[in-house]
Amino acid sequence: MPVPTPSVTLHERASDSPPAVKTPKIDVQSLSFYYGIKRALEEISLQIQPNLVTAFIGPSGCGKSTFLRTLNRMNDVLPATRVEGKVLIDGQDVYAPSVDVVQLRRRVGMVFQKSNPFPKTIFENVAYGLRINRMTSSRAELAGRVEESLKQAALWNEVKDRLHESALALSGGQQQRLCIARALAIQPDVLLMDEPASALDPIATQRIEELVYSLKTSYTIVIVTHNMQQAARVSDHTAFFWLGKLVEYDRTDRIFTAPREKLTEDYVTGRFG
Amino acid sequence: MNRATWRRLISYLFVAACGLSVLIALVPLVMILFFVISQGVQALNVEFFTAMPKPVGEPGGGMLNAFVGTLMLIGLAAALAIPVGVISGIYMSEYAGTRLATMVRFAADTLNGVPSIVIGIFAYGIAVLPFRQFSALAGGLALGVMMIPIIARTTEELLLLVPGSLREGALALGATRARAVFSVILPAAIPGIITGIVLALARIAGETAPLLFTSFNNQFFSTDVRQPMASMTVQIFNYATSAYDDWIRQAWAGALVLVTFVLICSLLARVVTARLQRLRG
Repeated sequence: MPVPTPSVTLHERASDSPPAVKTPKIDVQSLSFYYGIKRALEEISLQIQPNLVTAFIGPSGCGKSTFLRTLNRMNDVLPATRVEGKVLIDGQDVYAPSVDVVQLRRRVGMVFQKSNPFPKTIFENVAYGLRINRMTSSRAELAGRVEESLKQAALWNEVKDRLHESALALSGGQQQRLCIARALAIQPDVLLMDEPASALDPIATQRIEELVYSLKTSYTIVIVTHNMQQAARVSDHTAFFWLGKLVEYDRTDRIFTAPREKLTEDYVTGRFG
Repeated sequence: MNRATWRRLISYLFVAACGLSVLIALVPLVMILFFVISQGVQALNVEFFTAMPKPVGEPGGGMLNAFVGTLMLIGLAAALAIPVGVISGIYMSEYAGTRLATMVRFAADTLNGVPSIVIGIFAYGIAVLPFRQFSALAGGLALGVMMIPIIARTTEELLLLVPGSLREGALALGATRARAVFSVILPAAIPGIITGIVLALARIAGETAPLLFTSFNNQFFSTDVRQPMASMTVQIFNYATSAYDDWIRQAWAGALVLVTFVLICSLLARVVTARLQRLRG
């Protein structure tokens, strides 16, 4: 695996602080997460900037997916789990008792590791979120939003002639882009992606990466990845997790060329993981 | 004899034993079909389906009242058992692991094992005795109670087979739990559930014992659910145990129709499932 050669001089990283803070989109404050009595995340604090791509990297079991899922409360459905700390999105704590989790998930969309299209038609998959959230008022508007979402996900040209065929007939890469279109249809602010390309071949992976890059102008994207080159290619900021702790969080070029922590350096240079 | 020959010999013996077992298992089925068809065809004609029974001694006549009765009884049973069974199945799969779900599952399995005559007595106790009146409603109740556990367990098992990732996908789009169940999880399991329901219908269509003291029998054409109602199984039972050759021939014909109905149900279930699954890719 080619390791990016350090090209950053010392004075360029004078500030040792994490990525410069404008108004953060997501502000996580000492978040801990427990599976039963096992602590899977230990007091994580980090701020995610709007309209950038933030990547979470780390070895299997380091808690990066668990952390991602705390951001839209997808861990709520797991039994015997507990959260401490705060996750502020646009300044509002998503774990506050007054928060409607359905509304939260409408604003914070998610794409999963394994594509999970519903056993419905392509059209109905994209229309699903619009229908259940009653977001369109006419058939024409619905069809328009479906088309727009499929275009955003760079899938329209491949499926426009078979919108009413089963989504399960699509290839793996197409299915994943359909899941992205489905998430985009309800116009979330934030898009969480949990290893979206890990089950795909290199060409399909490349298409997903291009898509991520093109989407960041309109969305705040958080992507979990196993693949360090992928993090280096698509992300602006990178957070490195290890054993449930946040080891380092910085601009992606710094993480890969001049990390502050020895552990980060060992991981990104492939010495373990 | 060397090892290889010995092993081959043993292998032949076991294959032969397997073949013999299959043969023994198939003989009753083939014989039933053979007798039912060869005996039943004689009395089978258009009149058999369209005419009412005739008094002893008069040749001809049919079982129209029993056909209609059986269909109505099955309909009543389905009207009770499909909603109750499917909703219980949803409960058991959604709340799997809770104490109540475990109890419901155990109750369903127990109910499934209760002899049909006992279920007939139960329906007699709560739906016949209080009104001093045999009725189609009581028969439908008895058959419905038999169907509930079959449908509930089929629904539960098929819902549990739906991948959890579909549920997560729906929730992540802002679906509530109920919405996820009714708009994604249940539809994904529907082909299997329909098959289960059709097979349950076929199974209860052949029940006699629970009907003997619930819907009883009716010599006349009746569609009144508060009155006794004829059914094919009870009619076959009465005719087959009678002393008249005419009636015994009609019993055979009725048996043939019943077996054919069950067979068609099974085939239909397979075809419907296959087609629905193809539609889903």
